[in-house]
Amino acid sequence: MKGKKYLTIDGNEAAAYTAYRVNEVCAIYPITPSSNMGEWADEWSAKGIKNIWGNVPVIAEMQSEGGAAGAVHGSLQAGALTTTFTASQGLLLKIPNMFKIAGELTSTVFNISARTLATHALSIFGDHSDVMAARTTGFAMLASASVQEVMDFGLIAQASTLESRIPFLHFFDGFRTSHEVAKIEVVEDDVMRAMVTDDLVKAHRRRALSPDRPVIRGTAQNPDVFFQNRETMNHFYARCPDIVQKNMDKFAELTGRQYRLYEYYGAEDAEKVIIIMASAAQTVKETVDYLNANGEKTGVIMVRLYRPFALKAFMEAIPATVKSICVLDRTKEPGANGEPMYLDVVNAINEGLDSGYGTLAEKPQIVGGRYGLSSKEFTPAMVKAVLENSGKNARNHFVVGINDDVNHLSLDFDPEFSIESDKVVRAMFYGLGSDGTVGANKNSIKIIGENTDNYAQGYFVYDSKKSGSITTSHLRFGPDPIESPYLITKANLVACHQAVFLESTDMLKNLDKGGTFLVNTPYGRDEIWNKLPREVQSQLIEKEAKLYIIDAQDVAEKSGMGRRINTVMQVCFFAISGVLPRDKAIEAIKDSIVKTYGRKGEVIVQMNLKAVDNTLENLYEVEIPAKVDSDTSLKAPVPAGSPDFVEKVLGEIIAGRGDDLPVSAFPVDGTFPIGTAKYEKRNIALTIPTWDPDTCTQCGKCAMVCPHATIRIKAYDPALLKDAPSTFKSVDVRNKEYRAEGLKYTIQVAAEDCTGCGVCVEVCPAKQKTDKSKKALVMEPQLPLRNEEIKNWDFFLSIPEMDRNKIPLNSIRTQQLQEPLFEFSGACSGCGETPYIKMMTQLFGDRMLIANATGCSSIYGGNLPTTPYATNKDGRGPAWSNSLFEDNAEFGLGYRLAIDKQTENAKQLVKELASKIGDPLAEQLLNADQSDEAGIFEQRERIETLKAKLNEIDSPEAKRLLEAADYLAKKSVWIVGGDGWAYDIGYGGLDHVLASGKNVNVLVMDTEVYSNTGGQTSKATPIGAVAKFSASGKPIKKKDLGMIAMAYESVYVAVVAFGSKDEQTLKAFLEAEAFDGPSIIIAYSHCIAHGIDMSNPLKNQKAAVDSGQWILYRYNPDKILQGENPLTLDSRPRKMKVGEYMEMENRFKMLMKSKPALAKQYIDQAQLDAEMRFKHFQYLAAREGEKIEE
Amino acid sequence: MDLSTTYLGKTLKSPLVASASPLSEEISNIKKLEDAGIGAVVLYSLFEEQIRLEQEEYNFHTTQGTDAFAESLSYFPEVEDYKLGPELYLEHIQKAKAVVDVPIIASLNGSSIGGWTDYAKEIERAGADALELNIYYIPTDSSMTGAEVEAQYVEILKAVKGAVNIPVALKLSPFFSNFSNMAKQFDEAGADALVLFNRFYQPDIDLDEYEVTPNLLLSQSSAMRIPMRWIAILKDNIKADLAATSGIHTGTDVVKMLLVGANVTMLCSSLLKHGINHVKNIEDHLKQWMRENDYNAVSELQGSMSQKKTADPSSFERAQYMKALTKYQL
Repeated sequence: MKGKKYLTIDGNEAAAYTAYRVNEVCAIYPITPSSNMGEWADEWSAKGIKNIWGNVPVIAEMQSEGGAAGAVHGSLQAGALTTTFTASQGLLLKIPNMFKIAGELTSTVFNISARTLATHALSIFGDHSDVMAARTTGFAMLASASVQEVMDFGLIAQASTLESRIPFLHFFDGFRTSHEVAKIEVVEDDVMRAMVTDDLVKAHRRRALSPDRPVIRGTAQNPDVFFQNRETMNHFYARCPDIVQKNMDKFAELTGRQYRLYEYYGAEDAEKVIIIMASAAQTVKETVDYLNANGEKTGVIMVRLYRPFALKAFMEAIPATVKSICVLDRTKEPGANGEPMYLDVVNAINEGLDSGYGTLAEKPQIVGGRYGLSSKEFTPAMVKAVLENSGKNARNHFVVGINDDVNHLSLDFDPEFSIESDKVVRAMFYGLGSDGTVGANKNSIKIIGENTDNYAQGYFVYDSKKSGSITTSHLRFGPDPIESPYLITKANLVACHQAVFLESTDMLKNLDKGGTFLVNTPYGRDEIWNKLPREVQSQLIEKEAKLYIIDAQDVAEKSGMGRRINTVMQVCFFAISGVLPRDKAIEAIKDSIVKTYGRKGEVIVQMNLKAVDNTLENLYEVEIPAKVDSDTSLKAPVPAGSPDFVEKVLGEIIAGRGDDLPVSAFPVDGTFPIGTAKYEKRNIALTIPTWDPDTCTQCGKCAMVCPHATIRIKAYDPALLKDAPSTFKSVDVRNKEYRAEGLKYTIQVAAEDCTGCGVCVEVCPAKQKTDKSKKALVMEPQLPLRNEEIKNWDFFLSIPEMDRNKIPLNSIRTQQLQEPLFEFSGACSGCGETPYIKMMTQLFGDRMLIANATGCSSIYGGNLPTTPYATNKDGRGPAWSNSLFEDNAEFGLGYRLAIDKQTENAKQLVKELASKIGDPLAEQLLNADQSDEAGIFEQRERIETLKAKLNEIDSPEAKRLLEAADYLAKKSVWIVGGDGWAYDIGYGGLDHVLASGKNVNVLVMDTEVYSNTGGQTSKATPIGAVAKFSASGKPIKKKDLGMIAMAYESVYVAVVAFGSKDEQTLKAFLEAEAFDGPSIIIAYSHCIAHGIDMSNPLKNQKAAVDSGQWILYRYNPDKILQGENPLTLDSRPRKMKVGEYMEMENRFKMLMKSKPALAKQYIDQAQLDAEMRFKHFQYLAAREGEKIEE
Repeated sequence: MDLSTTYLGKTLKSPLVASASPLSEEISNIKKLEDAGIGAVVLYSLFEEQIRLEQEEYNFHTTQGTDAFAESLSYFPEVEDYKLGPELYLEHIQKAKAVVDVPIIASLNGSSIGGWTDYAKEIERAGADALELNIYYIPTDSSMTGAEVEAQYVEILKAVKGAVNIPVALKLSPFFSNFSNMAKQFDEAGADALVLFNRFYQPDIDLDEYEVTPNLLLSQSSAMRIPMRWIAILKDNIKADLAATSGIHTGTDVVKMLLVGANVTMLCSSLLKHGINHVKNIEDHLKQWMRENDYNAVSELQGSMSQKKTADPSSFERAQYMKALTKYQL
């Protein structure tokens, strides 16, 4: 392998690799897409991997990025080499400290996987809006364009910060670079030692605070001196670029890889030049090569060091012949005269020419444009369009990559333009999240990277769902380093890993002529052609493609792999692509299996090896007929007759054509309609529940636990059944009151929306009389039932909802008749959070505003294309918004303040207009009892009467009251989020809101880790659990948030677990809502990150409660006034040991299997903690109440 | 008073042996057992099936949901030193050997021939003094004949004996058509001891939930009757040592087992019920009985009431209650 050491890794690992080796302390906090950097550092630290000085860096997870920045600042001040990793909102939270760190000339490197800042919407993807927001902090900014550069520049930045004393922000494109897997040359420790010399480290340490040579830093200064003092550091900034270039040169001597601050690439006599930063620079570089080879005179200046902006060096990088320059910014600064780098360049060229720097003969034309926001594709076709945008008609302040039909700023480009090299093999794979496609592809890249001289690149695209998500893998292999940071559009091979994609996804649009299409299908050689839609057939014929098929599911199952077809499809890829000789490929795959799965045990290794052996004999080539003869076409993404916006906008996004939507398709302020998830019929369940009415006890638990609201219950007039489809099931209702009315009862599943988790079957308490293996709900294959159940579901929806006033809320049995206003979310199959949200919307959805902290619940609650929050027949439903991760409690309190103010205004107007609207009505409106459904219903009726009267009164007050009248009806504020928010980053705000006395309800869905970012430790994580950032088990017990809230004595507190006591959960929601003050419900939420069987998760909830690990209680301050003990302990003494519960979950078991002695110590401690806590609660709950004297 | 006995080629200071149970999961308990006077300790069983299931379970949980959603491409950190094979068990043997002097007998339940032999070798390498094969198997395949079942047992024994040099005991159930023939086959195949008998896990039914529930009942003294009978019958007919297990709760129980010919008597339920120190009580009772009956050494009473040495050998053979009639011959 050319005598050099190579690794096939992604950008985050490359960044962490260098940062870990040249630092001693890392303060971290999870945020996409940078979380992995901290995770790598934590794992290496847990394994005892050492830095270049032979010690193991300390990794400290903080409560927020703000906290991490504070810890970094402190650690730097106390003399340790310290780093951190972050992105986006996390970087924003670090900005205050960054000003301080830079102001104190403190050496550090922050590694940033640059990500979009949330504006009209959140986006986890990449652009430079975050780093550009930090450009005034005084940090130097160094941009990496590739995975290789990430590893290299991390070191150059470290050496430069120590020498220059300017702190560095080392950034690279989020996802595009942070998650691109590439084969790169490793920077050896010797190189690191040569770059980061001991004298630099010593100087850093000498500047540290120490009582042995005390100084004071961080003083407060006055107008007399602050300004002068601020100017003292200018020469440090002036020297910085030269230091960076010097270190780049030194690095080149050590490694052979030469970089420049402003690196020109292209024709020596270039006339058109693009100036650009980070990964897109590679796209321009590639395109420039192609265009110049075709007679153009173009070039690119890749900006590495953006701050301090080195005027002279920049000017010297521009060829003398340049006539037009285009500056491309991957950010948007609304209201500015141009984006930041464009303005920098305009100024630099003016000032540079005045100063006589560089060789430019005359001032060139300079235009600026935006590209690539939120990882929008930036392709050679766009580069070409940008280069062509020069001369007299050049458009300034343009956008490229989108169709701007509103402002008409977009450049047109030819989507067919491609510069892909014949030497590069390009393959695309469409898989399901659960089938292992991405993992297999990452593995293939490693195999090729490590077994051949070829270079490899992998990039993976995921959709926005947590269950049934489609993944698309883009792989390139070739003899030269691959510098194509954009998606493949002309693939030599397209692989469809799930036959269901053939129904609706146009995969062949990206197949190059003469390419190969590989399909995993249960159909044989003779059947497959007829099963392909017309669009697929015609493209196969037109593109003169080859077609291969395999029944990977069958091979996987016979090899013991279940639904994981990864290894099977990987073998097919190698067999067909010819990237490696077949025998060598098989051998390499087998070696890789032993290496990859070895740590998972011999059994897993053997089943994968068996799958390899079984694959080739089941892989067939299919001859392609000359004629299109299929009866089927690709399915429309949403049902015919869907609302216009759903069909024209959301449907296009669902179909994967969101990139083609023009600017005019979108709302201006991020406001979207709700209730659109029902149009996205995903059909992801392999099996769905079927109902046996005779066995059913009508307990309602199935509907209660359903995470996706796909099991519904109705009780209704039997007369409605006359139009029912033939397979529609119904039975006499069991409830006495309804029975007296002769109502019928139906439990119906939404077959196309169900995810097939099976939790409804787990909870079902009724077993069939003659076969106890079956319950009143039985999972059956979805496909044969689909069509009839679609009809049944539609009929079910046509049955009117029961009058809410007739639904008793004192038991799950009847409460579950309430219509959920949260349905079909993209949450994980078997999710433990969504049943709480669904119940909340059933109870209060028609009058609630939700403030949702960023996290799982904001993703499944508000990630496009569709929205699960829904409306009732009156058009009422939850109004939902997400502000940030850290401010959610405050955001929700803001709702309350606004509502209360508007209610107060409305009441004042009612008083003022009492005589005109009638005193009795005014009296009733002002003093209405709205503590229950009936009260709210009556008040709404009064408001309608009021509005009718107001319409007849011609006065400004009447008009104002007409606008405000709806605020006379109760509005319920719910503040919703996970434990990462409530226990950590948002805790300060939550505490303040609980102390406010305001009538808000807080729902904390406690999964005991940061679930959305992949299971990092929070302060809710229990002792002994293995989680990211706690690879050796969490050493400290869970924070007792309920106890802290109870300490106020004025906050309603409930701790619930629906899988253990659903009735207690229901009570808690009702009491929280009824309490006229702050309420908090802390809800046990089982989670995929616990390492449990998500089709059977309720047993874990039960065990958590039965062992005393999770104690159920309700604390109602209203009871104090009634002379009662406010605390009701709903848990019973333990039925099992905490250790037995822990044994049921992989998060605890991992430690038992890796560090048994430590695990035992934690289990014993957990047992002791549980017993002491329970005794404490027993004591508190047993106290007698005291009569409060009036 | 000499309580020593021989078992699996070792001289034990006492015929009281701790049988495989959760007690031996703690090294501190093993030490306590030795301090209480135990003669040897059989460790809890290593189950091949459990290892397989745990590997599958770990693979499932560390794979579930991965590479599916951009923000959470995995849910657990990679743990390098995760012990999914027999490592923890082997370490346990080493630790036990380091803290006690009494012999440590490992116990193995395999589910494949390869599994039986591979793990047996690793157990030997880890330093176990002997190995007890815990063949715990309920034949439910109706196409399998009794002979095939028997052959499978013998095959396992032979394979393990061929793989290791340490003595091998066989823990068995009594459910064979002709147990004495079976014992002979095992004897010929090289079994160093037979442990009589394994108590099967006997599931119960929960009538509230209509579920089959695990319900391991602790043994009563009455359970010792079956092993006692078979030890008496086998004592003078096979070479292999005989270990009595099931229902041994008191010193009197131990005496009876020794009388019929047991090399050792194994304790489980009684220790789980009364605690480890109960070993001392049993030993005291045993000594008291020996004193009262003028025995100075366990070896003197061992086998003194085997079938051959009883006045009425047929008494061990009767299957149904019938009045014990003296055999009259003209």
